[in-house]
Amino acid sequence: MPDLFTSGFLTALVVGGLVAGVPLLFAGLGEIIAEASGVLNVGLEGMMLAGAFIGFVATLLTQNVWFGLGAGAVAGLLLSLVMVLFCIRLGLDQIVVGVAIVLTVEGATAVLHATLYGESYPRLDAAPRFAIPFLSDLPVLGGSLFTQPVIVYLGFILVGVVAWVLRNTSVGLHLRAAGEQPASLDAAGVDVVRIRSVAEMVCGALAGLGGAYLAIVGAGTFVPFVTNGMGFIAIVIAMLARGRAWWSVIGAFLFGMSLSLTTALQLVGIDVPVDVVQMLPFVSVIVVLVIFARDARLPSALGLPYLRGSR
Amino acid sequence: MTSPLTSPEAVVDVAPPTTRGAGLGDALVRSLGPIVLALITCGALLAIVGRDPVAFYSDILQAGLVRPSGLQDSITRMAPILLVAAGMIVAFRAGMWNLGSDGQYLLAAACVAGTAPNVLAAVPAPLGWLVLGLVGMAVGASWTLVPAWLRARYGLNEIVTTLMMSFVGTGLANLLIKGPFDGPSTVPQTAVVDPSLLLFDLPGTRIHIGVIVALIAVAAVYWVFSRTSFGMRIDVLGANARAAQHVGIRVSRLIIVTFLLSGALMGLAAAVDMLGIFGYMRADWNPAYGLKVVPLVFLARLNALAVIPFAAFFSVLSIGGEYAARRAQLPSDFLLLVIGLVLTFMVVTQYLTDKRDRGEPILPRRRAGMARA
Repeated sequence: MPDLFTSGFLTALVVGGLVAGVPLLFAGLGEIIAEASGVLNVGLEGMMLAGAFIGFVATLLTQNVWFGLGAGAVAGLLLSLVMVLFCIRLGLDQIVVGVAIVLTVEGATAVLHATLYGESYPRLDAAPRFAIPFLSDLPVLGGSLFTQPVIVYLGFILVGVVAWVLRNTSVGLHLRAAGEQPASLDAAGVDVVRIRSVAEMVCGALAGLGGAYLAIVGAGTFVPFVTNGMGFIAIVIAMLARGRAWWSVIGAFLFGMSLSLTTALQLVGIDVPVDVVQMLPFVSVIVVLVIFARDARLPSALGLPYLRGSR
Repeated sequence: MTSPLTSPEAVVDVAPPTTRGAGLGDALVRSLGPIVLALITCGALLAIVGRDPVAFYSDILQAGLVRPSGLQDSITRMAPILLVAAGMIVAFRAGMWNLGSDGQYLLAAACVAGTAPNVLAAVPAPLGWLVLGLVGMAVGASWTLVPAWLRARYGLNEIVTTLMMSFVGTGLANLLIKGPFDGPSTVPQTAVVDPSLLLFDLPGTRIHIGVIVALIAVAAVYWVFSRTSFGMRIDVLGANARAAQHVGIRVSRLIIVTFLLSGALMGLAAAVDMLGIFGYMRADWNPAYGLKVVPLVFLARLNALAVIPFAAFFSVLSIGGEYAARRAQLPSDFLLLVIGLVLTFMVVTQYLTDKRDRGEPILPRRRAGMARA
């Protein structure tokens, strides 16, 4: 039995988990916001994929990571407008529209990727990293843990901001009320449709950002279906989070760890089949769901369109 | 307790068992409108990426419908599509979103393909087919157990659980093929079944009898929902779980039973594909029927018989589409785009016709804030 607790193993596991989990951090955070407001965004996977593709193209054209990440967020936001129009404004079924978004984007990005880059398969340069002074000098993990692209730090700051907004501001209160008792919120004079629209757009932008990170910072390239179910995992994280933004960090980190476990195990000489790697995040999600099933709770008006005057 | 989400039954008005004459035009608009709109949009997109849409679509028709071998392939392709659709209808009418059919299908396919050479060597072929069909059904059904139990016991949303199980099933199928079921070939795939032991073809064609099995299954599902109290109970559950509880239906048990039935039909689809066409399964092979079949069952308004023409359309599209995409140097994932747009236009058409039926103006009134959206 090789020694598991070498510093190489730990670094690979923790740092790898952190980096691999960041796309999920953004997407999960977005879905937590959307679900709190009563919108189940099944199209999350599609929004991440669109963000990944557009972000990749923008970075390739401008050679600027920030443009790429921004373009990815915009792509996700634009897609979320489909949900806003069809589901929040017109009250159509959120699940069907979500599935439609996933299918359409999967097809569109695969076709566009084949027509634009089918022969060249371009790659991006590694994203610049920023070492936090002092922290990055800490022994064992410090160096690799605190030398990350700036967007990673921003992601964690954003989680704090969202947690604070949801808990401590009137906007957060309105958001949660839109998910629990939209009629009461409406009676109190707040526009439910507007609150939900904003939540959905924020969710779309964050999902697009997460996808863009995946392609630009994570993989350095775009391949069709690159998100590979990550958007659906983000939905599970949001279900377990019950509106607590910090949970997106835990969920993302757990997911990232189950991805990086393979690399880490390979470092100490244990080979794991690639199928196990791809399965592991989903297995862990199922196990978590089975254990915490009684705790998973959805806002009482989730998925139900709110149209004033109906019922 | 239970998740408040809309059930699939709420998406479309489930078609009444008999629709004679009245509303036929309406049904045609609702069913064909989205398909036509999606094909037009995709044609425009093809033109944008510099392909000739007319040539593309005529390639599809040529390869999927006109050419006799293509027509036979299309009819053969209908078998798994119909069975997956039947599986979805059973679950959807109960209000259960079983979106994990890919994992159920692949795992069943791996188990059937992995055991088929031994089973068919040991017993006469027809008995072997029966056994393998049951194996496929059992495996497919078993893969719905966890989502079904979580939904029945804790009301945990089944969309995500079936999807998660689907990804696990896909990985597990690959592990099985690379591990215990790996055949003599150098690439990871199961041992190939002797072609003479595969399902019979219909006389004079390459269409195997699995298509008949699929048609029987679809007819059976239709019969269950139109003629039996069991189907009625499922419909009540789908319409309103609380009402079902109040009229004395054992909701938890019914949820699990419908999930098992749904998974069994997915598994049967896999068995029919393995025993009818392939005779072996290669690692990482995934036809991914799952989400693509969702629009078909909604277009058919969850009516098992009405699904047949849509399955035929989809089969032509997928058989012809593979050829057309190859000729146009596009990935066959183009099909996803078509199907995604069909689904999008379907909800829009549904919305507009519903609005018209209620006598409201078809175009949405401009509300405050609309312009900003």
